[in-house]
Amino acid sequence: MSRSLTGWLVVLAALVALPFIYREPYHLHLMVLILIWSFAYTSWSMMGRFGLVSLGHGGFMGIGAYVTALLWNHLGLSPWIGIPLSMVAAGALALVVGYPCFRFRITGHYFVLVTLALSGIVLQVITATRDYTGGSLGYTPNRATANRLLALQFDDKTTWYLIALAVWFAGLLIWHRVDRSMARYALEAISEDEDAAAAAGVNVTAEKLKITLISALMTALAGALYCQYQMFISPDTVSGIAVSLQMVFAAIVGGLYVSLGPTVGAVITIILAETLRIGFGTRAVGWDNLIYGLLLVMFIIFLPKGILGSLLERVRTRRKAYLKP
Amino acid sequence: MQGFFDIFDIYLLEAVINGILLGGVLALLALGLNLIFGVIDVTWICYAELVMIGMYGMYFLVQHYGVSYFIAAPLTILLVAALGAALHYLVISPLLTSPPVNQLLATGGVLFILQSFATVAFGIDFRNLGIRLPVLVLGDMNFSYARLLSFAAALFGMVAVYLFMTRTFTGTAIRAISQDRQIMALMGVDANKLYLVTSALGGALAGLAACLLVLQYDVHPFVGLSFGPITFLICVLGGLGNFFGGFIASFVFAEIISLGGLFSDLEWGYVLAFGFFIIMMFIRPAGLFTRRP
Repeated sequence: MSRSLTGWLVVLAALVALPFIYREPYHLHLMVLILIWSFAYTSWSMMGRFGLVSLGHGGFMGIGAYVTALLWNHLGLSPWIGIPLSMVAAGALALVVGYPCFRFRITGHYFVLVTLALSGIVLQVITATRDYTGGSLGYTPNRATANRLLALQFDDKTTWYLIALAVWFAGLLIWHRVDRSMARYALEAISEDEDAAAAAGVNVTAEKLKITLISALMTALAGALYCQYQMFISPDTVSGIAVSLQMVFAAIVGGLYVSLGPTVGAVITIILAETLRIGFGTRAVGWDNLIYGLLLVMFIIFLPKGILGSLLERVRTRRKAYLKP
Repeated sequence: MQGFFDIFDIYLLEAVINGILLGGVLALLALGLNLIFGVIDVTWICYAELVMIGMYGMYFLVQHYGVSYFIAAPLTILLVAALGAALHYLVISPLLTSPPVNQLLATGGVLFILQSFATVAFGIDFRNLGIRLPVLVLGDMNFSYARLLSFAAALFGMVAVYLFMTRTFTGTAIRAISQDRQIMALMGVDANKLYLVTSALGGALAGLAACLLVLQYDVHPFVGLSFGPITFLICVLGGLGNFFGGFIASFVFAEIISLGGLFSDLEWGYVLAFGFFIIMMFIRPAGLFTRRP
């Protein structure tokens, strides 16, 4: 146990030290993107691993990004206050939609469709309020003139890298916290058989709501961070069904039952998208999603546990086979 | 009659009737989705994208190859039906035994594929058929013939499906298999063949909807997103697999969108519809016509 802990610390220290040794801006930019999206994908798989497949996370991410940016531009409210407020907004929405779903046993297909509609509706709202949000043309937070720290706007990649790294790591810690908690067993029981879990004394609605709330709060934070880092958001990049599906895709490709699975998914998807973008330039528009879609279908059919999940499983069975005879 | 018009705001009435006309097409989409769900127990998230492909099919047949609308329509319906069957054969049938959520997500992957295929192949320009149908003027109200035609064709399509399901051998077999999957196999029925037929039928309904929607809306790769979510809401509200519930829910939603659009933007109509949906979830969680167990 302590050996793996040391391993973790070494990797973490290496990650922290990285931007001070290696300063190539483009690669750092990719790392920041990977870390932010990894965090978003991790938040999705917090729910996804318990069979609560939500396609509404694009909506939560959009709320995180847009509420933060709108509060800053229109009310001059610093993102330090705006981000928590946007998280509260996303959490409130998650509770409003989640409560009836869980209370009245809306599961499986129904739940996916309801959440799918949720992200569609958030997209519609952003488009409809185009006087404030810029509609589908996108939206840019105003540049801060005086205090950059107050506005959470930094020009150098290193700062952003460290922020993203910290948030990503916090996400992993939350993942492990849930993994070790009683809630995990409750939620696994629920995902196996809701009635049996309820009969065994699990408060089904409360447990599901809790994990949904955590997941939505984290996703909103990811959206807000993305907005602050990129300084440009549009409904297509932070909200809507495409983003929701992208989260599902990355989590499944990486493996949603292991803590680093979504991170592996983010690495693969972002490098894939960037390679295509550099290789084909503007002709690549659409191709990345085409390949995503094909891979998603293939993965679900042939490798439902994802790359990391399947690898780890193979290692484990081999270890068992080695120990047994 | 004049007194009747005086009491009700003329625009309100126009919106109500337009809502009914819109409801026809939505009902057609809901029927297709419900059919697939009821029989195969799968939800096609990419259903609206099939419609989008159908709309492109109509656009190219009519605009580029100069085929007349009424010849292009059956061709498009066939095309989308084939696409539906292919979707089942390639994606769903390998996943029939895996968890339902995986099947659902796989069709999500197909959504990506179809959307980006359209982007790559046709670009992101908005295209329209260029057919301008005349407008019916009734009193002070305007109704486009496109909507009237859609409504009539949608009703026709639904009646055709009803007759197919009740009057033909295959239809009866499909209804039987949706009642009991295991027993039907014992009766010597080839379930896979029936699934294929059902998928093709669901695709054909999407194709018909495409022929009708292309008269009213411009086609672009993301057009599916503007009526996909609302179709899912309708199906859930009506009760997945419940044809009658889906039919009624379509009109309820169409009215909300149409009346909401009257007072504000169309997008707000969608938002209102979603709000209504959330409220209904508290009252009738398992669908409009299902009693709580």
